[in-house]
Amino acid sequence: MKSTCLSALMASLLLTTAAFADDKIVKLGELDDQSGLYADSGGPGSVLSVNMAVEDSGLRAKGWTIDVISADHQNKPDLAANIARQWFDVDKVDAIIGVQNSGTALAVTSVAKEKNGVFLDSGAASSDLTGKACNANMIHWAYDTYALANGTGKALVKEGGDSWFFITADYAFGHALQRDTSAVVEANGGKVVGSANVPLNTPDFSSFLLQAQSSKAKVIGLANAGGDTTNSIKQAHEFGIVEGGQKLAALLTFISNVHALGLDVAQGLTLTSTFYWDMNDGTRAFSKRWSERMKSHAEPTMVQAGDYASTLHYLKALEALGGNPHDGAKVVAKMKELPTDDPLFGKGTIRIDGRKIHPAYLFEVKKPSESKYPWDYYKLLATIPADEAFRPLAQSECPLVKK
Amino acid sequence: MSEPSPTAPISPHAHSGRDEKVAFVIMTALLLVAPFVIYPFFLMQALCIALFACAFNLLVGYVGLLSFGHAMFLGLASYVSAHAAKVWGLDPALAILAGVASSALLGIVTGALAIRRQGIYFAMITLALSQMIYFFCLEAPFTHGEDGIQSVPQGMLLHFIDLSNQTILYYFVLAVFLFGFLVIYRTINSPFGDILKAIRENEPRAVSLGYRADQYKLAAFVLSAALAGLAGATKAIFAQNASLTDVQFSMSGEVVLMTLLGGMGTIYGPVVGAFIVVAMQQYLGQYLGEWVTVIQGSIFVVCVLLFRRGIVGEIAGFFKRSL
Repeated sequence: MKSTCLSALMASLLLTTAAFADDKIVKLGELDDQSGLYADSGGPGSVLSVNMAVEDSGLRAKGWTIDVISADHQNKPDLAANIARQWFDVDKVDAIIGVQNSGTALAVTSVAKEKNGVFLDSGAASSDLTGKACNANMIHWAYDTYALANGTGKALVKEGGDSWFFITADYAFGHALQRDTSAVVEANGGKVVGSANVPLNTPDFSSFLLQAQSSKAKVIGLANAGGDTTNSIKQAHEFGIVEGGQKLAALLTFISNVHALGLDVAQGLTLTSTFYWDMNDGTRAFSKRWSERMKSHAEPTMVQAGDYASTLHYLKALEALGGNPHDGAKVVAKMKELPTDDPLFGKGTIRIDGRKIHPAYLFEVKKPSESKYPWDYYKLLATIPADEAFRPLAQSECPLVKK
Repeated sequence: MSEPSPTAPISPHAHSGRDEKVAFVIMTALLLVAPFVIYPFFLMQALCIALFACAFNLLVGYVGLLSFGHAMFLGLASYVSAHAAKVWGLDPALAILAGVASSALLGIVTGALAIRRQGIYFAMITLALSQMIYFFCLEAPFTHGEDGIQSVPQGMLLHFIDLSNQTILYYFVLAVFLFGFLVIYRTINSPFGDILKAIRENEPRAVSLGYRADQYKLAAFVLSAALAGLAGATKAIFAQNASLTDVQFSMSGEVVLMTLLGGMGTIYGPVVGAFIVVAMQQYLGQYLGEWVTVIQGSIFVVCVLLFRRGIVGEIAGFFKRSL
């Protein structure tokens, strides 16, 4: 048994090397929170995005075989690492896409490096993914904590919100977001008066909101995401925090959160996003097709848009290579070499540290009276140009950046 | 659920142990060739959890103490060994030893408190203490909260065995498992084990015979904690991470399920139970997500209603053997 298995293994290895040049078989894995607090901003919608990118790439018509599988990491870093490892080892997955939740993303990125796979992340926020945890197998697409802090943080301090209290999700993402926002606030002359760390997926924010209220800070920064953001905003509404003169800054707000809150509660929130479905004809056309195929008929978030765009660019790079080399670092290098162009994020580039560069937008959530049609939620306040939206390479801790 | 034990008590001298030895040879042979057929990473995971379940079974099956917080030993040891390997840069063997030492120490403290009570009170005290450890692991700076400790180096065992090679790593984990398993087997089949069983059957009588039941129970508790720690510490090294999953209450519950499903008070039962539960989580979990918990619950109910002796217990009962 042992020897037959070994020889079978050797034979299959020989076969894969022989088929190297014209190998047109690709397997993509969408790993995400499919059922928990982040399922609405990514999850099943991201699986759809990946499938649409595969269809739109037109590679199947050119004789490529592309499979998409998906799994639920349940926001557990160890589970995410195990699934990623099994996908690369057993299921021969070439690229993992998605992965909201920075803790799980940090776990997956180290597995992708170890197994020389490809990891295209749009869901996780921590800027450490292209900072000290960066590697040559990972691309961070849609947004990161630096971009959020830089957009929302700067805008609010300029409006006079110069003292901040943070309510922070107690894991990699929350800490990174608080750190990056604090830096922006302080650089613009504001100060941070306090913070409270809250466990992930907390149903009751009252004690943290009371701390924030009694801190007398002008701005309460919510360094959390998904269901936590909706819960904290709703409860802040019940405590009358905004009526009391403090401003809420939901630093990471997806359109799915605004939809869940309703405009009554969410109106007036300032937020940063790199994608809005109602931005231009390109985004509207994509969102219409996407929304028709979603059971809930929601509009895509920037995470789901990022999953589409990153998959599309990945397939473009494979086509340019003329076949699938099954070598993660090589494909990622090609992706960085090619300029990006898609209807959702426009023209852009991917930097050496794996950071995708495109503009970011500062939005304000509309009042109920201003909303004319379903999902008409945002009004554009400012555009942050691509070269200012993300952390400059000079400040990067990424070992790939040579100084 | 804890007392009286649903396992039909097997008189310690009714068998020569031959069946158990044959079963041991079969199990070892299967595990030696398994990585050529089954994904080794899954096997390593199942082996560590199986050792954890065996350690738990030592307590519940042979001393009659149902601990409802055994995850604290698994989790704490995995954090300590991950931290030792990653931050202090210790040899993997030393890192694992550090993990085992930490859980044994925790076992002495929690055991000394918990064995003063029996039955449901014992279970509740262990549960309360394990929740304290859980929140400690959530808040302590070295555990990194929700992120856990990632990218733990596997390193060179004793400076010459390269554990980053998956085949070597598998046989290392298998050796650890077999070591733990044999320690448990030896304990159960020793005069010490006989006294533990006597305490399980009738504690006042064991005391009246002159045995200090509390000291025996504490010794068994610490041994079980240390072996659970061995499982957790090894898990941190091969999986290269330590996270809250291992210290969570649900892990303490799962080990009860594994032991009951496989067969409480049988030496092979927990191994079978652990392989089934881990396989379910690994292969069904990807497609069903959190629905696996519902399936686990249903299996638990079916197991308690239909085959109370567990899989191995029923098989052993059918052939009138002891396994």
